[in-house]
Amino acid sequence: MTALLQVRDMEKSFGGVQAVRGVSFDVNEGEILGVIGPNGSGKSTLFNCILGQLLPTRGSVAVDGRDITGLRPSELNRLGVSRTFQLLQVFPRLSVRENLILAGQEHRGTRLGRLFGARDAGLGPEADRMLEFFRLTALANETAGSLSYGQQKLLDAAMAFMAGSRLVLLDEPAGGVNPTMLAGLRDRLAAINREARATFVVIEHNMEFVMSLCTRLIVLAEGRIIAQGSPAEVRADPAVIEAYLGH
Amino acid sequence: MSARMSVIVGLVALVALALVPADLTGLGLPYPGLKRYGTYILTLWLVTAIAAMGVNLIVGYAGQETLAQAAFVGIGAYLTAIAGKHGVPFGLSFVLSGLATFVIGIALGFPALRVQKHYLAFVTLAFSVLCWLVFRNETAVTGGVMGLRDIERPFVFSFQLRRALHFYWFVLVIAALMTVVLWWIVRSPWGRAFTALRENPLRAESLGVDVRLYTLLAFALGSAYGGMAGSLYAPLVEFIDPSPFALGPSLLFMLMVVVGGSGAFLGPFVGAGVAVLLPEWLRAWETWYLLIYGVLVMIMMALAPGGLVGLVEFLVRRRKAQP
Repeated sequence: MTALLQVRDMEKSFGGVQAVRGVSFDVNEGEILGVIGPNGSGKSTLFNCILGQLLPTRGSVAVDGRDITGLRPSELNRLGVSRTFQLLQVFPRLSVRENLILAGQEHRGTRLGRLFGARDAGLGPEADRMLEFFRLTALANETAGSLSYGQQKLLDAAMAFMAGSRLVLLDEPAGGVNPTMLAGLRDRLAAINREARATFVVIEHNMEFVMSLCTRLIVLAEGRIIAQGSPAEVRADPAVIEAYLGH
Repeated sequence: MSARMSVIVGLVALVALALVPADLTGLGLPYPGLKRYGTYILTLWLVTAIAAMGVNLIVGYAGQETLAQAAFVGIGAYLTAIAGKHGVPFGLSFVLSGLATFVIGIALGFPALRVQKHYLAFVTLAFSVLCWLVFRNETAVTGGVMGLRDIERPFVFSFQLRRALHFYWFVLVIAALMTVVLWWIVRSPWGRAFTALRENPLRAESLGVDVRLYTLLAFALGSAYGGMAGSLYAPLVEFIDPSPFALGPSLLFMLMVVVGGSGAFLGPFVGAGVAVLLPEWLRAWETWYLLIYGVLVMIMMALAPGGLVGLVEFLVRRRKAQP
């Protein structure tokens, strides 16, 4: 069986700095893969190379066996690959509901059809379902900018699923979210994975969150994979302990 | 405001605007209407508002920059004037002006894919200067500084709109249609995509919004509004020379959008009102009027950075919030 995502010999240099060095891994359909590592280990650069925001110096990325290296993020999104960002990336002056509709509208009909069609591009019911799923219904008509940080994180995650994406890359979804909301976010992500067979790749520093959500982990240090396996295996790996604690 | 309410308010405004310059004494009402000059100023306000709507789409909704709108107005005006002298009917010139500026707007939008903010403003500024030089120096085509005179007013069927009031009504109908078209665009998923472009292009791209295409579309549509405004401007003034299409007027279009309320749908009408009508009212102060006008704009920007529409919205919200 071909893996849903295949990353091969990925390298990225910025001048003399090699941020990612020969990284290869597969992600199977329905899997939740965690990517962890200390600050500066190349996690975000790896994400940006996979998602077309940076052009890799070497290596390739394939989804369902199709080479997607260097495709623009909008093209990747149309192929069912979406992402969230480390820093909040909602549209603050649009309402919560409008944010969700925007996140899915480019997948509905033709561009000209969208100009002459319904204002919500036929996504109203789906947006309402997503609001309910992420427990944001009461905030549907509030502007996204008026939400708390944690609520905006939930919205950010919900937006990634509006396009019906099969593969979602989440960049530090737990960052800055309070423990109560974090448990809700983890439950929602796990439920989507279970119910819609959505596949995730998650970059995260919050070990409790990542260990409880992910089925497999890879650990990066200085741009290289130094360990991979189940959360329990990774936790016990001496190389990982050394990378994090420096001894 | 709901869509139905917007339509009702729009229709009431349309009827009121149609009646403002009309002599109503024949209907038993003691209102003598506006004289020829007053009607001309109202028509100029509508034409200016159309061009400012284009700037608002590019700047206010899509978050880009343009200092070239006066150049697009000039392209539309010269195209209509020259075509009219060769017997081309106004309707066709109007459409051609829109199409030509749409295509040139796409070309001008390409730099926006590579440069942003004030760098982009300078690219459009260069285009503006280039157009002005062509208008001034290509004497054989544009008449140079002597301009083109005796530009004919359009015909509607076989009736020529020679009278100021008739031409005003004609412009009012076109302005209303163009307002409805833009209202439709900004309320559609396209409008949402333009807003996404303004607020967060990186995120918009990751959600499948083709940022390149929508940037070009914003420039093309906004520029086409400038071109079509120019097509109406030429028969309004009946004489064109390069001066109204220079850099200064382009800056004025930007000012209109900012003063009216960038990204507010009615902002261009309010901004064009401030730019066109306010100086006329202040003319009684003779040479002081420009100084008063400048100070008023500065005070307004300090007190209402969201423009006049933003200020009204703020006051309405505050009033509603009071117990």
